[in-house]
Amino acid sequence: MKEIKSLIWKDIKLELRQQNTINTMVLFMVSTLFLCYISFMLRTDNLDKLTWNTLFWIILLFSAVNSAGNSFRKETSGRHLYYYQLAGPGAIIMAKIIFNFLLLLALSLLGFGLYLALLGNYVSDYRLYLLALVLGSLGFSSSLTLLAGIASKTDNSSGVLAVLSMPVLLPLINMLIKLSKNAMDGLDFSVSYDEIMTIFGIDLIVIALSYLLFPYLWKS
Amino acid sequence: MRKYWWKFLGAGLLLFSVIFGFLGETPRREILNETIRMVYFHVPMWFSMMALMISSLVYSVRYLQKGNIRDDIYASQFAAVSIIFGILGFLTGMLWGNFTWGDWLPKDPKLIAVEVGLLIYSAYFILRGSFDDEQRRGRLSAIYNIFAFASFMPLVWILPRLTDSLHPGNGGNPAFGSDMDIKMRMIFYPAVLGWIIIGTWIASLRIRLKLINETINE
Repeated sequence: MKEIKSLIWKDIKLELRQQNTINTMVLFMVSTLFLCYISFMLRTDNLDKLTWNTLFWIILLFSAVNSAGNSFRKETSGRHLYYYQLAGPGAIIMAKIIFNFLLLLALSLLGFGLYLALLGNYVSDYRLYLLALVLGSLGFSSSLTLLAGIASKTDNSSGVLAVLSMPVLLPLINMLIKLSKNAMDGLDFSVSYDEIMTIFGIDLIVIALSYLLFPYLWKS
Repeated sequence: MRKYWWKFLGAGLLLFSVIFGFLGETPRREILNETIRMVYFHVPMWFSMMALMISSLVYSVRYLQKGNIRDDIYASQFAAVSIIFGILGFLTGMLWGNFTWGDWLPKDPKLIAVEVGLLIYSAYFILRGSFDDEQRRGRLSAIYNIFAFASFMPLVWILPRLTDSLHPGNGGNPAFGSDMDIKMRMIFYPAVLGWIIIGTWIASLRIRLKLINETINE
């Protein structure tokens, strides 16, 4: 537990010190949002609800893939070797997942705020939509962290990560879009109960698998 | 003979299911009519695909435990053959869907699941292609195989049950098998077994070829 905490602190400090990477992520998200804003010819008031929702999740997905891809690239491999001697593989992967979760959550909240401002507001149940964002960030971070670890061993890591992660994230995205659509329509909480439990179940499976499989990954 | 009796069994079962699948009696159903015979060809493809995927998964787990390069070859070749069965199942399903649902590609969660499954296993081969060192390739692709299999399962088994589907057993349709009478089952189960054996046979030939290639290269 203490190991995980200090590893997360290390990552946060590193991120704040190398402001370049965090600025890149924020700018990536902002410019994509702006691109969508302009591409709809500024006529955002007659945007279809379904389009609005899907577009937001696709922007989030691409930002997540882009930002999580950095999680094993920031430091040199010699530094990684050093961490592996200090802490167990379980602690390292958990720290990475939690750190990525916090990062993605911050990024998605920022993106959500900007999206509401630029492309109009169609949400009627904010609490449920925010829950979808939290569950989505958790799911993205847990699957992307292990996949980024795999992709970082290849030569063309950003391309490989995109290919590896899209099909794996599809079931999650499918459920998230359904859940957030319910939130937009302002349906009762009990309607979305199935979706919430399924997303939570997928998240748990993925986290457990990352924990089990990471010890094999860091050896190479 | 003691070693390859199962190949005769597979060929025999397949021959039996093809002949009696076309000649045997089937119950008369609305819309389905004679296309109900497709059940002997379309459904066994999915059974074989799942069986081969599970074999691939088992060998990936074994590779991670023991680090024997043979297990990696087994896992990759089972996955390759499972993709072929997936494509065949997809094509037969399209043909069947055209005559019963009136659309080659209806919007159905099971179809989406299979498309994603094919994407996942294609990504697996792209990942394999990007390594030169065989130990590293084996370990990383085994990790991806296990991870992808685990995220593929909810897509096939859970999500179609939550939403409406045209397939039997989902979204309020009658469960699988309740449409078939005893005469159809007599042909259906041998067909499933036959196709699984044929799939294993194809995979075993590919594995042997790969192993021979490995030895020649060394």
